[in-house]
Amino acid sequence: MKVRVHVSLKPGVLDPQGRAVHHALEGLGFAGIEDVRIGREIDLEVADETTDAALDEMCRKLLANMVIENYRIEKLEAA
Amino acid sequence: MAFRAAVITFPGSNCDRDMAVALEKVSGSAALRVWHGDSDLPSGLDFIAVPGGFSYGDYLRCGAIASRSPIMRAVVAAANRGVPVLGVCNGFQVLTEAGLLPGALMRNAQLTFTCRAAPLRVETSQSLFTAGYEAGQTISLPVAHHDGNYFADAETLARLEGEGRVAFRYLDACNGSQHDIAGILNDSGTVLGMMPHPERAIEPELGGTDGRALFESAVNALVAA
Repeated sequence: MKVRVHVSLKPGVLDPQGRAVHHALEGLGFAGIEDVRIGREIDLEVADETTDAALDEMCRKLLANMVIENYRIEKLEAA
Repeated sequence: MAFRAAVITFPGSNCDRDMAVALEKVSGSAALRVWHGDSDLPSGLDFIAVPGGFSYGDYLRCGAIASRSPIMRAVVAAANRGVPVLGVCNGFQVLTEAGLLPGALMRNAQLTFTCRAAPLRVETSQSLFTAGYEAGQTISLPVAHHDGNYFADAETLARLEGEGRVAFRYLDACNGSQHDIAGILNDSGTVLGMMPHPERAIEPELGGTDGRALFESAVNALVAA
């Protein structure tokens, strides 16, 4: 089973990298950008019987820092 | 009585030798060196240091993988028994990731790696790490980091401030840290995490000696105990 974990900064946590990219996009002439936030995608290939609880635990224990980040688990279609 | 300190080395640590030298110069006892893959610490430790560097290449997040290494389970257990733990720079990141200290260290607000002497205010002398300083004293320690921007939620910040757990504060807003925090203590004052490098400021030849009092404070407190 292919699983994609999306990790993003919690709302309200300043994202300096997002801000720099925001400035760069404006520098290229793109107007009307409200905000830029940079996250991370982690693709896992796991045994089909892996439980949702186990996936959740992986996110909480390592893949996301729950102080500053949120995560979302997406199960991808089998190739 | 000999001062029994351990310095943890992860793949990518680069301040472990400096930390060991500082501990030995101040205490007169050689520091024990401990590898990240070990699962047990030497017995009877007085002090544990988690040094700076780029553990595990800073992959995933700074300090994240190191904080889940076998030796860190033993460090967390020792800290919970009251063994003093000092984390510097990447070591501070490791201690927050391990849950020994609250908050997180994020990318510097100005996005650049900052490497220079930083003026700091010592906020408390009420800890075994800072007893040798005066509260309110200004000192200078080197900083060298890309991810030293301390973040915690408002409630955590209020608790840190209210309980006198901010140990050091930047005078020059060096990296965007909330409340200009450079170093914090745990609730019992036995764990200190800080981004500036006291081990790089223990002799005039290194450009300053303001870090020496931190190690002297710890040695005096622990050898007398």
